[in-house]
Amino acid sequence: MTISPDQPTPASDSPTTTDATVAAPTGGDEALDAGTYDAIVEPRSENRLPLGDGTWHQISRKYIVVQLISHALFLALVIAAAVVLGLVLDQAWVWIPAGVVVVVTLATLIVLPRQARSIGYQLRGDDLVFRRGILWQRMVAVPYGRMQLVDITHGPLDRGFGIAQLKLVTAAAATGVTIPGLTQAAAERLRDTLIDVAETRRTGL
Amino acid sequence: MSTPETPAAPTPAAAAVAEVRSPLSDGEWHRLHPLTPLMKGGLFLVVVIGIVVTNLRDRLIAVFLPGMADEYEYAGDPVDYIIANDLLILAALVVLGVLVVLLAIFWLSWRFHTFRITGDDVEVRSGVLFRTHRRAPLDRVQGVNLTRPMIARILGMAKLEVVGAGLDANVKLEYLSTPNAEAVRGDILRLASGRQLAEARRETTGSARGRAAAVVSAGITGLIEGEEGADDHPASVVHLPPGRLIGAHLMSGSTIWLLLLVVGVVIGSVIGTPWLLFSIVPALIGFGAYWFRQITRSLRYSIAPTPAGVRITFGLFTTITETLPPGRIHAVEIAQPLLWRGLGWFRIRVNRLSGRAATDSSSQQFSDVLPVGTRADVDRVLRLILPGLPGDALPVVLERGILGPVADDPYTNTPRRARGLRPLSWRRNGFLLTPDALLLRSGVLRRALVVLPLARLQSIRLSQGPVDRALDVANITGHTVLGQVSGSLGILDRAAAVTLWTDAAAAVTAASSRDHSHRWGTTPAEPTAIDVPPAHPAAIDVPPAQPAAIDVPATEPVAIVAPPAEGSP
Repeated sequence: MTISPDQPTPASDSPTTTDATVAAPTGGDEALDAGTYDAIVEPRSENRLPLGDGTWHQISRKYIVVQLISHALFLALVIAAAVVLGLVLDQAWVWIPAGVVVVVTLATLIVLPRQARSIGYQLRGDDLVFRRGILWQRMVAVPYGRMQLVDITHGPLDRGFGIAQLKLVTAAAATGVTIPGLTQAAAERLRDTLIDVAETRRTGL
Repeated sequence: MSTPETPAAPTPAAAAVAEVRSPLSDGEWHRLHPLTPLMKGGLFLVVVIGIVVTNLRDRLIAVFLPGMADEYEYAGDPVDYIIANDLLILAALVVLGVLVVLLAIFWLSWRFHTFRITGDDVEVRSGVLFRTHRRAPLDRVQGVNLTRPMIARILGMAKLEVVGAGLDANVKLEYLSTPNAEAVRGDILRLASGRQLAEARRETTGSARGRAAAVVSAGITGLIEGEEGADDHPASVVHLPPGRLIGAHLMSGSTIWLLLLVVGVVIGSVIGTPWLLFSIVPALIGFGAYWFRQITRSLRYSIAPTPAGVRITFGLFTTITETLPPGRIHAVEIAQPLLWRGLGWFRIRVNRLSGRAATDSSSQQFSDVLPVGTRADVDRVLRLILPGLPGDALPVVLERGILGPVADDPYTNTPRRARGLRPLSWRRNGFLLTPDALLLRSGVLRRALVVLPLARLQSIRLSQGPVDRALDVANITGHTVLGQVSGSLGILDRAAAVTLWTDAAAAVTAASSRDHSHRWGTTPAEPTAIDVPPAHPAAIDVPPAQPAAIDVPATEPVAIVAPPAEGSP
């Protein structure tokens, strides 16, 4: 798994290509694909954005569990607050905002499982591709050399289920690639790979 | 007025000693101009004096205009107390003591504020109790700004700002005497460019004496013309008459808002209470102040090529001279608002790393590269800021890009079936991908063309909502550093957009790998290597050795015709 020598990067190209042996990882990586979904959900229309070739990696199935739990906790909190305000303190108006919040959260919960299956990323030769969304499809290509840093975050609930969120930061704030629900191992593996690859393809800003 | 910045504690100099010309950038620690604390603390002093004067107002009136003083007796007034108890000497001593302490603080802060310029970084140390040490690597320098506020200009001082890549990432050397600031700017840019030193040395010989003489006259000439030293002042390629500038501001969108406001107020005062008419006055004052600020900050505009990049000067009262090395511009927008069309005026804006916080009000100022100009001006400015653009590509940008769809133009436009989403501009709304740049054309009322240099593009997004899907279209966004230029273009044919997204992603990699502008002065070691795209075509014939070669997207077809953009303008 090496960069093929017919890349247009000239060998004289300073330190960026002196070590041409670090590879962009391609498919078949065990750590990335353990316990993940196995098919990306797409819109039915023929006019959708095509997935293209290459291997898509997906996120952990536990992501949806964590999301369900945290949304349920949030719902419980809202309902409890509404009940206290509405019944004990006789504030009838509170049912309106509480109702709106509950309906929105429930709607989110309904689309969440399908949404989670639509998230995917692909490690191509020179860039990382991230996609998400069904109704609103979005695909972002980030060249490895553009990455300024890679962030891994996990909250207490995430830690309990062994998942983490990985964020790519480029010089553009709008890039906004955040891959949620990776397994701990996948996140760390991905981070190390990305940093290795970014190091060999470092470019200017 | 000799060079006031004296060497501080001599530290082992970095390798840069022999390379530079100014005594201030020899790799040792130096101090700033001795008047610096006064300039920075001056505001504080003014406030203190203001408070004192306000509190003693009645007494001052009594002293200078005895007839107007009322006979009120100030019980416990400190001045009365001092006079009554014969403490005048003590009071004078206290005032003197405060002044001495202030001066000592100023002196200490000046003494502890040092900077150093080595071959690799610019460093600034400051603070007496809380020390700060900021170091900026030179290969990430985004530009150097020379700012001369009114008062500093009278005193012959200037503020030098080394623009870094990040929010609030600038290294400020405030203040230096103007000739020193100019010399340091030249040195920083030369070191950052990585230009060969023999070259640098050749052009420096014999200028030291001339500079010493220039110091003397700088204060005087600075007062009169406020311009750079003659040797450092290349001619502007664009002449911007003040009349055009004022006209351009009067014909901007804010004028329409003002007119709408006036109409609204008049109607309101006719229908409702006439008192509403008086609200026009503050509105007019507000707009007047806004225009005044906008116009004065664009006056004295000039743009000129220098070996270290494009030099842009603007500002009537606070004159800012920024130097933009090649390859520091992340997006360019050429736009023509509706009202300017009859006059044939255009504006050029860029996205760049200004090293300032996002809330900084002057960021807009830094994004206007050409506040208003004719087509010829646009042509000249584009040649400066996009040196990588081949000469024959300019018509693509100008005639076809800005002035709208022409027959057989190379842009891929919004398909006819989706004209409902772009009812006016669908014929114009389109893109063009060249090996060096992505061009996005849009707008009919406000014509705009965005040029995104591929070597600077951070990432590319392809997106599609439900309505887009029904019409078989998609949207493209090129992400650049934060700025006023947006790199997004909606409603393109889906297949074309997908192809563009794939091709652009590959082209970005190719363009950035042949980009050397972070050290723009170094010529690439073997320029010929670029002209030989597949270095080892034979390697492809060895299948088992390169299994991953199949996974590499087709980056090869991207024509590598243009030499890297490091060429000087």
